[in-house]
Amino acid sequence: MTTLTEAPLNDADGLLPSKKKSSGGGLGTYILVRFFLIIPTIFILVTLVFFLMRVIGDPITAAQGGRLPPEALAQRIHEAGYDRPILVQYLEYVGQVATGNFGTTITDRRPVVEMIITFGTATLELAINALIVALLVGIPLGLISAYKRDKAPDAVLRFFAILCYATPVFFAGLLMKLAFSVWLGWLPVAGRASTRTELAMGSLAAPTGIYWLDALRSGNMAAFGDVAAHSVLPALTLGLLTAGVFLRLVRTNVIGTLGKDYVEAGRSRGVSNYRLVTKHAYKPALIPIITVMGLQIALLLGGAVLTESTFEWKGLGYQLVQYLNARDFVAVQGIVVMLAVIVAVTNFIVDVVAALIDPRVRY
Amino acid sequence: MNATKVSGRKQPLFYRLPVISHFRSSVGLQRGMLVTGLVLSVVFLLVAVFAPWIAPYGFAQLSDAAGPFPTQQPPSPAHIWGTTVGGYDVYSRVLWGAQTAAVVIIVAVAMSIFLGVALGLVSGYFGGWLDRVFVVIADAIYAFPSLLLAIVMSIVISHGQSSFWGGIVACSISISVVFVPQYFRVIRAETIRLKAEPYVESAKVVGASSIRIMGRHIFKNATRTLPLIFTLNASEAILTLAGLGFLGFGIEPTSAAEWGYDLNKAIADASSGIWWTGVYPGTAIVLTVLGLTLVGESINDLNDPRLRGRKKAVAGKGGPDSTAGAQAALEAESRVL
Repeated sequence: MTTLTEAPLNDADGLLPSKKKSSGGGLGTYILVRFFLIIPTIFILVTLVFFLMRVIGDPITAAQGGRLPPEALAQRIHEAGYDRPILVQYLEYVGQVATGNFGTTITDRRPVVEMIITFGTATLELAINALIVALLVGIPLGLISAYKRDKAPDAVLRFFAILCYATPVFFAGLLMKLAFSVWLGWLPVAGRASTRTELAMGSLAAPTGIYWLDALRSGNMAAFGDVAAHSVLPALTLGLLTAGVFLRLVRTNVIGTLGKDYVEAGRSRGVSNYRLVTKHAYKPALIPIITVMGLQIALLLGGAVLTESTFEWKGLGYQLVQYLNARDFVAVQGIVVMLAVIVAVTNFIVDVVAALIDPRVRY
Repeated sequence: MNATKVSGRKQPLFYRLPVISHFRSSVGLQRGMLVTGLVLSVVFLLVAVFAPWIAPYGFAQLSDAAGPFPTQQPPSPAHIWGTTVGGYDVYSRVLWGAQTAAVVIIVAVAMSIFLGVALGLVSGYFGGWLDRVFVVIADAIYAFPSLLLAIVMSIVISHGQSSFWGGIVACSISISVVFVPQYFRVIRAETIRLKAEPYVESAKVVGASSIRIMGRHIFKNATRTLPLIFTLNASEAILTLAGLGFLGFGIEPTSAAEWGYDLNKAIADASSGIWWTGVYPGTAIVLTVLGLTLVGESINDLNDPRLRGRKKAVAGKGGPDSTAGAQAALEAESRVL
C-alpha cells in the first residue's frame, strides 16, 4: 500500500480537482440539449443502415429472387414501390420511421413494430436477468479486488475478469450447457420454457411476454419454476460477460477514491480499511459506473444476439438471425434501427441520471 | 535528438523496442502477466504460420488413404481430438483456424489503423465542419452494437458467404468498420493537442505544407498509443470474427477453418453430450484472446507509472518523493486524455 494516488483511467476529468462554480440552474438546459443530440445519432444510423441494405438490391429480389417467376417478382417490387428512385424511397422511409412505422416483413408479412414488440420482451427479460447477474457478481468482487489490492485474491479476480472478456458468450454457453444440462442434468438445454408451461401461460388474458411475470400471474408455481430454470443459464452466460467489465470498473474506481484526501483523513483517524472501502470509497466510485453501464447496453445487446442463438431464446437477436438467413431485409432493417434507438435512448437516460447525481457533469 | 543526450546514457535500440522495454520495467505479478500473454501470443502466431506442416490433415479434408473419416468420432489415435458431425478432423481445423484468425486480425487491424489514423489526422488538424461531421458519424457508429454492424457489413460485402480471400477481406472490412471510429477518436484527440505545440507552429511559420506537417510532425507523435490499441483490438477482432462465424456470416467451412463456425456446429452436439467438437476450438479462442489481452493490459499498466509495480527495494517504505512523482504522472495522464 505504498502508492495511493490512482485515478480511474476512464474518467479522469470527473476526478480532477476542478473548482468550477456550477450555477445549479443548468440541469434543464443540459437535459434538453442532450435530448436533441439523440436525433442526429439515430438519423445517421437509419441513413447508414438504409443505404447499406440497399447496396445489395431491393428487399423483394433478395428474399424471393429465384423462388418467384420474374413477372410476379416485378409485380411485387412495383407494388411495394421499390422501383422508384432510391432517394424517394429513402425520404419515405425516414418519414415512416419518424412516425413509428417500420413497414411490413417480407417473409411472414407482419408489421415490423408488432414483431419487434413480441420478440423485444424476450430480449428485455434476458437483458434484465443478465444485468442482475452482472451487478451481483461484478460489484462485490470488484470491492474485494480493490480491498485486497495487489494481493493474491486481487490477482485471481483480475484474471477472472480478463477470462470473462476473453470467453466468447457462445463458448461460455456451450460449456454451461455441457456441465449443467448434459452432465449434471440440473437445467434445461435451451428455450425459454417447456411446451406445457407455454400452453399454461397462453390462456392468460393480455400476456406481457415477460415469462416470469406471466407465470406469476397465472399462479402456477410449477410454471414459474420451469421459467426460472430456463432462464438461469442464458442469464449467467450473458451476465458473466458484463460482470468482468463491472469488476474491473469497480476495482479501478474504488482504488481511485481510496487515494482521495477525505479517505486519507478517515484513515488517519483510525477508520479500518474494511470500513473505508465499504462506507467511504464505495459510493463516489459508483458514479462513473452508472455512466459506463449505459455504454454496456450496446455490448449487452450484441451479446444478447449470440446468447439467444446459443440457447434458442426466441428474442430479437434470435429472430434477427432468422430474418438474415431468410434475406428479409425489411425486418432486419427494422430490428437494427430499433436497437439503435434503444442504445441512444439508454445513453440519454444514463447521462441524465449521471447529471442528477453529480453536478459536475452538467458543467 | 539532442534531448536524449542530455538525459544521459542512451539505451541500445534493442532495449527501447516496445515489448522489450516493457518487459525490462516489469516486476512480479505484472511480469508474470506479460510473460504469460507473450507465450500464448507467440504460440498462436507459430501455429498460424506452421499450420500446414503441423496439422495432420487439411481443414476441409474428409477422407484419407484409409477411406472417409468417421463422423462425430470421440478422440482416438487417428483423430486425437475427434471428428465433427461433418467428418472434419477437429485437431486440424483448430490449427488451421489459427491461420485464418491471424490473417483476419492483420488485415482488419491494418486497414482500421490506416483509415482511422488518416481520418483522425485530417479531422483533428483541419477542424471545422468536416471535423464535426466525422465526429458525429464516428460517435454514432461507436455507440452501436459492434457485432450488428459487422453482420450488416458482411452481408453487404459478401452476401453472407464466400471464398477464402473473399471471406477474409469481407470479415476484415466488417471488423474494421467497428474499429475505425476508435482509432479516429484517439488520433484526433492527440492531433488537436499536438497542433498547439510550438514545434508545429514553427513548422507552419517556416512554410511547411499541411501534408508535411501532418505526416512528419504530428503523425509520429500521435501514434505512441497505437501498440496498446493494436493488442486490445486484435483480441476484439478475434471475438468479432468468431461471432460472425458463429452466426453463419463468416467464411465457408470449405474455404478456410474458422473457430466460430465450428462452435456453431458444436452447439447442437453439446445437447447430446459430444464435447470435443466445441471445447477445443472454444479453448483456442479463449487462449488466443487471453494472450493478446494480457499483453495489452500489461503494456497499458507499464506505460502508466501509477499502475506500474515497483521493485521491492525501491518501493520500500513509501519514499517521500512518491507523492510528487505520482502527481507529475497524474498531470501527464490528464494531458493525454
